[in-house]
Amino acid sequence: MTKPVSVIIIGGGHNGLVCATYLARAGYSVDLIEARDIVGGGSSPYYFAEGYRTPGLAHVIYGLNRKICRDLNIDLSTIIGEVSTVALDLDGKHIRLARDEVFGSTLSSKDQDAYKTFKREFRAYTKALEPLMMNTPPRLKDMDRGDKFTLAKLGWSLRFGLGADSMREFLRVGGINIFDVLNELFDSPALKGALSVDAVLGQHMGPRTPNTVLTFLHRLWGERQNQLSLSAVSLVTAKLETAARNAGVRIKTSAPVKRILVKNERAYGVELASGERFSGDIVVSNADAKTTFLDLIGAEHLDAMFCHRVNAIRQNGDVAKLHFAVNQLPDFKALSDDKKDTRLLIAPDMRYVEHAFNHAKYGEFSEHPVLEMTIPSLADASLAPPGHHVLSVNASFAPYKLEAGWESSRDAFVQRVVETITNYATNFSDSIVATELLTPEDIERRFNIKGGHWHQGEMGIDQLFMMRPVHGAAQYEAPLNGLFLCGASTHPGGGITGVPGHNAAQRILRGVVK
Amino acid sequence: MNIRDKDLSTAIDHREILQPSPFQARVDEHGLVQNWMSWNGYKTARVYDTLASEYFAVRSTCSVMDLTPMEKYRISGPQAKAFLNRLVTRDISNLKPGRVTYVIWCNDEGKVLDDGTLFHLREGDYRLCAQHHQLDWLLLSSLGFDVSIEHETHEVAALAVQGPTAFAVLTGAGIADLEVVKPFDNVARTLGDIDVMVSRTGFTGDLGYECWVDPKDALALWDAIFALKQQGLFDIRPIGLGALDMVRIEAGFIMPGDDFNTAETAVRADRDRSPYELGLGWLVNFDKPYFTGKQALIAERARPAKRQLLKLIIEGNKPPQDAFLYDSKNGSRIGTITSCVWSPILKTNVTLADVSFIDGKLPSEIWAEIYYQKELEWRATWAKCRISEKAFWIHPRSSATPPNNL
Repeated sequence: MTKPVSVIIIGGGHNGLVCATYLARAGYSVDLIEARDIVGGGSSPYYFAEGYRTPGLAHVIYGLNRKICRDLNIDLSTIIGEVSTVALDLDGKHIRLARDEVFGSTLSSKDQDAYKTFKREFRAYTKALEPLMMNTPPRLKDMDRGDKFTLAKLGWSLRFGLGADSMREFLRVGGINIFDVLNELFDSPALKGALSVDAVLGQHMGPRTPNTVLTFLHRLWGERQNQLSLSAVSLVTAKLETAARNAGVRIKTSAPVKRILVKNERAYGVELASGERFSGDIVVSNADAKTTFLDLIGAEHLDAMFCHRVNAIRQNGDVAKLHFAVNQLPDFKALSDDKKDTRLLIAPDMRYVEHAFNHAKYGEFSEHPVLEMTIPSLADASLAPPGHHVLSVNASFAPYKLEAGWESSRDAFVQRVVETITNYATNFSDSIVATELLTPEDIERRFNIKGGHWHQGEMGIDQLFMMRPVHGAAQYEAPLNGLFLCGASTHPGGGITGVPGHNAAQRILRGVVK
Repeated sequence: MNIRDKDLSTAIDHREILQPSPFQARVDEHGLVQNWMSWNGYKTARVYDTLASEYFAVRSTCSVMDLTPMEKYRISGPQAKAFLNRLVTRDISNLKPGRVTYVIWCNDEGKVLDDGTLFHLREGDYRLCAQHHQLDWLLLSSLGFDVSIEHETHEVAALAVQGPTAFAVLTGAGIADLEVVKPFDNVARTLGDIDVMVSRTGFTGDLGYECWVDPKDALALWDAIFALKQQGLFDIRPIGLGALDMVRIEAGFIMPGDDFNTAETAVRADRDRSPYELGLGWLVNFDKPYFTGKQALIAERARPAKRQLLKLIIEGNKPPQDAFLYDSKNGSRIGTITSCVWSPILKTNVTLADVSFIDGKLPSEIWAEIYYQKELEWRATWAKCRISEKAFWIHPRSSATPPNNL
């Protein structure tokens, strides 16, 4: 019997877990090394105040990939469910956006019908892109058969999967902005505002930014996958971890990697901050490309222009995460408590969202931030003491590089968020027991993501597909023998999907280990 | 002033658009034929007097050339050595202070960006001289290194003193202790009360030195040298870029931009060149820490060679300017001449030529098809080419220490 290929995976986020599990199930000997004391990365629960836990940085999970759950026997039966969106209105005339339908007293029947068509059409586009999403992106230079096959499947899927009319429409809207598209389709400012958030949240983009149809499609792609309930957030990581352990992955936590060991243009292991060394036949990094190449490997082992490209990746986060421990539920006007078990948005119209983004362009936080909120303690009562709750808020825009500096701006920003919420729920500011603010700087430090960017890199069209993270490393393979990438900084990007981890594992298993 | 009011001969006046060198006052005095060109934005003489007299100054007596326009970069800091070793293909970790070496550097694809000389001035303090502007590439390459890079072309005046009597001239001008200076040494000396850095380097293939001074001392250096000529002891002549081009081809030195497209300027695929394709494989060291282009060059080494820049001696006396090369008379075209000169001292045509390999091998024969005119009548002829492994012209005095005190 030959010795199994030994693999070291740096980082136990969901992509690292998925990649590790695939490789272990294929007979590889896998060590997964995580810096924090818990795996799961952005989707792992922790205490943010005495007695109050948050399910993690991510508070809603869209689209854990179906194929991955099937392949890895991940049983989601207890956490399957749909999280709909309530776009909050100051006067209580909220609208609720479900997967295929939208409800609200202010909506015309034209808008309601248009919504159905819109979701159907746009989901079809994401289906047409599926061959590209679930495969190694093809190289455009020196293509091999696999590359040509992927391109051919994509072409077939776009032309014949969509049909001529849909394909024409897809090509028309694919590169433009969500602002124009939503204005073509809908009348209701509230509906458009809510939809535009899906295109820009987590990106350095406003609704008018070109490319926002693509980011919207990326988000919508999740709707074709497993829909998970609100309680899934804190449970899904445990399921991924169990799958990894069952497959034989050895997990080591509280073990920050200091550097990747390189000799003769080959990565042969890692050295931990503790000085401990692990060696392996291949090293797979779930860390973002900047961390992997510039910090863990170092420019001295890489070509100059490649380092420059990596350094130039746009990867500054724009979302702050806030956790509020509250002693009563926020009393949003005309929203009963049993309707709060969902995703709540404060983005009254696209103008509001665009104006919020304007501040970020000039290094300021939004005067009127866009807020995406959940109350995870409604789904999992163990997160807060009885009667109390946890409000989890993604607040945008809060640029990583704040001109005034975050140190002196933290309180002011928290106050902007509290005031914004209190406008909609008057009891909110008095109900706060404890507050945690994670600026992009904090997210960078705590989760080891450069720039604190959710997606390990802006999902701009120049940083997607065969350009993600940069050309020269876009096939999950680093320009260094034995080193691979499996994180969100690779194709198809961020979100709790597991797909980068899956694609990286397929790439490795194809066996082209130099 | 309206352009029509100007004397037409000065309508396009280089003095107005080109930067003066610190030696300009003397350069202008000697520039009898007013044949100027731009070298990195400086007003530089192509020819001062006659090409022949300048050529023979290099080969028979002593030539002086203003080198100030050459691009110069000061590279220092705790990681200067590591930075440079990652930049260039050669292992420079053993380059001691006071020594100079010839280097090339490549892009990620292993194609040559430029060549130059690297001076180790003091421990951790280097000067890189380059043919073309390289600041962008140096700064880009410095990511991840604790190093400071300064463009110092304008801050250092340089004069090349080259030829059989170069040693005697500099000694006579008042620079002491040059007899101990070996090729590629770089030493601090004084001339009267000015500090001169003297390196035994050059682009002529002959005995020669390059003198580096503060721009304010430039004229004093020039005058000290030419004072010997006033005394009638030596024939010392300033030379322009025309004569330099003749002697550098004889010495087999390539000129980036003339003999190959630098990787940064090449547009078409296959128009850039690797060190191997330039015959500079001896400058590439795989047994050193990683350098930009290493992986690409390792991969290139594993493939059959496609082409090489060769030194060719061409029979006959017809000038093979821009000639096509063939693998036999009327055979397949395999390349072109990139630089050529009728060598007055060797009495033959010497050239550099870009030659394609056939099945990974050098063609067994190379023929040049030369077009030339006789009284406005064009004619064509075939000339056999012979590959020269060594420089066309080398003289033992260029490497002797101490050099002959002619």
